[in-house]
This record gives sequence, structure tokens and C-alpha cells, in this order.
Amino acid sequence: MGLIRYESQVRPPLIEGGKDYHQVTEDICRPVEARPTRAWWIGFIISVLFLCFGILSVTMEVIYGVGQWNLNKTVGWGWDITNFVWWIGIGHAGTLISAILLLFRQGWRTGVNRAAEAMTIFAVMCAGQFPIWHMGRVWDAFFVLPYPNTRGPLWVNFNSPLLWDVFAISTYFTVSLLFWYSGLLPDVATLRDRAKKKWRKLFYGVAAFGWTGSTKHWQRHEALSLVLAGLSTPLVLSVHTIVSFDFATSVVPGWHTTIFPPYFVAGAIFSGFAMVQTLLVVSRKVLRLEEYITIEHIDVMNKIIVLTGSIVGIAYLTELFIAWYGANEYEWFAFGENRLNVNSPLGWSYWIMMFCNVVSPQFFWIRKLRRNLVVTFFMSVLINVGMWFERFVIIVTSVYREYIPAAWSIYYRPTIWEVGFYLGTFGLFFTCYFLFSKFFPVIALAEIKHILKRSGDTQKKKMDKLEDQPAEDFAEEHSHDHGA
Amino acid sequence: MAIKKYVVGSFDDEAVLFPAVKKVRKAGYKIHDVYTPFPIHGLDKAMGLRDTSLHTAGFIYAITGTATALGFISWALTYDWPLNFGGKPFFSLPAWIPITFELTVLFSSVGMVLTFCYLCQLAPFVKKDHFNLRSTDDIFLMALECTDRTNETEAISFLQSLGAKDVKIDHREDRWWLGRYDKETKFFEIKPEGAVV
Repeated sequence: MGLIRYESQVRPPLIEGGKDYHQVTEDICRPVEARPTRAWWIGFIISVLFLCFGILSVTMEVIYGVGQWNLNKTVGWGWDITNFVWWIGIGHAGTLISAILLLFRQGWRTGVNRAAEAMTIFAVMCAGQFPIWHMGRVWDAFFVLPYPNTRGPLWVNFNSPLLWDVFAISTYFTVSLLFWYSGLLPDVATLRDRAKKKWRKLFYGVAAFGWTGSTKHWQRHEALSLVLAGLSTPLVLSVHTIVSFDFATSVVPGWHTTIFPPYFVAGAIFSGFAMVQTLLVVSRKVLRLEEYITIEHIDVMNKIIVLTGSIVGIAYLTELFIAWYGANEYEWFAFGENRLNVNSPLGWSYWIMMFCNVVSPQFFWIRKLRRNLVVTFFMSVLINVGMWFERFVIIVTSVYREYIPAAWSIYYRPTIWEVGFYLGTFGLFFTCYFLFSKFFPVIALAEIKHILKRSGDTQKKKMDKLEDQPAEDFAEEHSHDHGA
Repeated sequence: MAIKKYVVGSFDDEAVLFPAVKKVRKAGYKIHDVYTPFPIHGLDKAMGLRDTSLHTAGFIYAITGTATALGFISWALTYDWPLNFGGKPFFSLPAWIPITFELTVLFSSVGMVLTFCYLCQLAPFVKKDHFNLRSTDDIFLMALECTDRTNETEAISFLQSLGAKDVKIDHREDRWWLGRYDKETKFFEIKPEGAVV
């Protein structure tokens, strides 16, 4: 008996507007059930146009080969692998919010987790494009799978980080998709039961898998969510660790460092949260969900940004210090000449990275800026620019001038098709996000209802009179009897 | 598939539902199910449901994944076609940890989700009935199964005394069937002979 959970009085409400359960359903289903707005159509059409340009760029690459991207023997990984690492990093915030914060019992995650998980899936879809098309002969892409073949069978190299990547990313995509959709089932059932039109009944009826909300099903659903969260937590850390192994296990100066795994994971969460902010600051306004994605949510995510941004900053400085202290002349050349020297061909990119990732998030120590939507939006874009440059710095400034000066490739510049491919993945990402926000609720309905009584503002107002109330009355009022 | 008779009552607050569940069980009625729009912690205990063993299934799938990965890689790289990668040993276990881990997670999560769908009988095109469409929105719905010995009028007034609203007798198919939600055909609408509605 007694209190099962203590909710602090000083913690601000997570749901505003004095909602009851039905109003929550109405508010969150409204954008899904209403006709698409003009803003939605404009955004969607622009995204599709970008996607089409991406398809054209990829077609050019398939016809003419990776040389179409200005890649050469020295700079074999240019924009494409930069973009791959960037997108996969962005996906990490979604899993962090949905899995790690579930294990830590953070109530605020319910407002943002569904959109963040969707973002994870779309970002991993975009990321996956780059290594696949970078293969050149994409019709042979299935060679990466260990299938019985007529060449022996000759198996793939299980000792190679590039193969670990294949397993890590396909597992990550599958598990994220299962986690997202199993969480979505009850909400789809709500939409099904509210549906008036025939096609909606059919679509949501099929998609809801016959979910009823039976207590036994909820019990299994809770167990499933908890175990999937427990599995996703080490998984998300392993994915970016393995991506960092692509670099760290090589002997290229600037890549061959043991700091890479934690440094990549922190950077991934950093850029992912920035992308979540970009999407949510806009979505909450356009979909009129300010009472569910409150300034409190924005604030708490900005705190994570300043934390991970500082971890990334320390990692940059550690890496720099070790490059000097390690006294390896090639390693120091990669840092002192290729990066620190702003007058070197690509030295400017290092300083853009330093400014965007290390200096700019420090402004978020100030509460007023953390709670300012305009500042948050621009900061989130700035951070993602910075994180793109981080990967560019790591990849291109390491390889373009390494051991043999005769093999240096100073004039690496991307072509329109390589840039177009990147823009195309933006098109893919936003096309998927627009469709998602039109057909599914962007906020986890059932989970919001679950915390409504505890963290809603109606409840919080009741707690204000707590001081005048005897302790027994409080316990009586805020508990329900759990005894079996 | 039998068509059964139920006494159905809806609650609009989980704080009223909890004591009601206890009292209904104490009075000896058989609770068919309680449908809620979101998970209510402790309701399964209150209803006397046993803990799910989905975790155990997840663990079994996980070790299957571990065994599959380790077994296959060891066989392929040490027995079937040993290859010399930079003079490293054929049996290079540390290098296989990443893939072993990924397959452990993959097998466990895919297996668990499939088991979850099997146990709850969830699949596309499966159609079930949960008495009231609002039970995925804002009401908590309790269905009592009527047997030959159940006095329905007593059950109705008992539920009403516990705070249930909109209490009535309903006939429903007790299992799922394949169907489409846009089709209005409902098997349970064919009432059995002599049903009192």
C-alpha cells in the first residue's frame, strides 16, 4: 500500500491545459484526422522534389561509377561516408530517448519519444543508402551477406569492421522498427476505433493487428517494451562504436585512436538531439501540440545537448593533446598541419567544427537561452552543421595528405552529384517524416495518458495545497491500492 | 467459436476501477477481461493474472542468437575455409564479439515480438471485439462472463454499486476471427436462441 511513486512538487508539469483522457486523444489525433494543411503540402512537395534529385544523382553514379563523385585512390571516402556517419549518428537520439530514458524512468520522454523513434528509423534508412551506393557495383551488394555461394563457398570476412557494420546497422534498423511499431500498435487501435471513413477503418484496422487493450496484452506489452529497451540500450552504444571501429582499427593517422568509440557515441547523441530539436520545435507549432511538447521538454533536451557537446569538446582536446604528446610525426602532421593550420587546404573545416560543436552549445548554460525557441532552432541547425564537419574532418583531412606525399590529393572537391545524393537523403528523410506525421500520431497517446494523472498540470495544482494537508490524507489521495 | 454472454460495465477513473476489480473477484464473478486505453500498473496483479514469461522466451532467443553466431563463424573461419588475415589466428574470438552481440540482440528482439504477437494473437487482418470503441480512448471497460448460474440482474446492480456506468448485457464472439474493420458484418450479432437482451 501507500505511495508507489513519489512525484516531486517542484517538478513542473509535463502536460499543460488541464486535459482529461478524451481531450488528449482528441488533441493528438486531430492532425492525423484533419485534412492536410497547406504547410504540409508545401513541405511534402519540396521533400519529394529533393528525393527526386537524389534519385537522379544516384542514377548518375550507377551509370558512371564512383568517379562521378570525384573520389580517387587517396580520398576513397569523401562526402558519402561522411554523410553515412552523420545520418547514423542522428538516429541515436531516438533510441536514447525511447530506450535509455525508459530504463531511467524519465517521464518527460513520453512527449517526444514517438517522433524521435520515427526519426531514428528514417535516419538509419538514409544512412544505409551511402555504403550501398558507394559500392559502385550496387547489383553485387548482396555479396556482403554470408550466404552459401558457388565460389567455394567463400565466406565474408567476419574479422572486418566493415562487415560488423553490416550486422550492426541491419540489426539496429530491425530492432528500432520493431520497438517503434510495437509501441505504436495501441495508438493505431485508437485511430481505428475513431475512424469514420471506410479507407481509414480498413487501413488502421489492418495496421492495428486487432489490438484490444486487454489487461493481459498490456502486461505482455509492458514486458516487451522493457526488454526491448534493455536490448536497445547496449545496441545503440554498440552501433556507433562499431562505426568508429571502421576508422579506429585502421593505421591512418588521425583515425588510429582508442578514444573513438566513446567519442563517436557522445557525438551521435549530441547531433541526434539537435535533430530532434529541429523537428520538434517546428512540429509542435505546426501540429499545435504545444501543451504536450512543452518548453520544459525543450529545456531538458538542451541540457543533454550541453552535456554531450561538452563531452565531445573534451574528446577533441584529448585527441589533439595525445597527437602532440604521442610524438608520432605522421599523427601530429594530421592534426598540426591538416587540421589546426587554418591556411592548409581543408584547415577551415576543423575550425568550423570547433566553433559549432564546442563553443556554440556552451550558450545553453544560460537558462533563458535554453528556453528560447528561436535560439534552440538555430542552435540545433548549427550543431548539425558542426557534426557534419566533424565527420568530414575525420575522414577527408586524415586521408587526403597521409604518409606518401606523392599520393596526396589536395584538390578533392565534391561534385554536384555527390552533393545531390546528400540532398536526396534529406528528401527521403523529410518525405518519410511528413507521411508519418500525417498517418500516425506523433505523440505516444497511451504513454501520455499513463503519466497524465501524475504529471499533468491539474495534478500539480492539487499538489500546491500539499503543505496544509496532513500526511495521511495525501497518501490516501495519491495512491491506489495495489495489494493482490 | 462460441457466442457468449457478458455483463459489461465501464469506469471512467482508474481509481474507481481498482477497488471494483477486487470486490468483483471477492464476490465470485468471473472477470472475462478489463480493457484499458493505457497500461495500468498493478491491474494484472489485482485481477489475479500470473506474470508473463515473455522475458524467459527473450532470454532463450538471445542465447540461440549467441550460439548461432559463434557456431557459424567458428565453423566458417576455422573449418570450412580458414583464411589467413594478416597472420592472425584462425580462431580469433575477440574479433567475433561484435557480430555475436548483434545477432544475440537481433534474435532476441525478433523472437520476442513474434512471440508477443502469437501469445496475444495479433496480426494484420485479425479482427477482435472489445465491446466499446471508447475503451481505446478514455474508458476502462470491465466484462464479466455469464455462466448458467449467473444472475444477470444482480451482476448489473452490483457493478453499478461499484461505480460502473453504462452497465448492460452483451453477446460477443469470444475469440478473434479474420475480417476487415471496414466491413460491418459481425458474427456476434446473430443472437443465440432465447437470448435475453
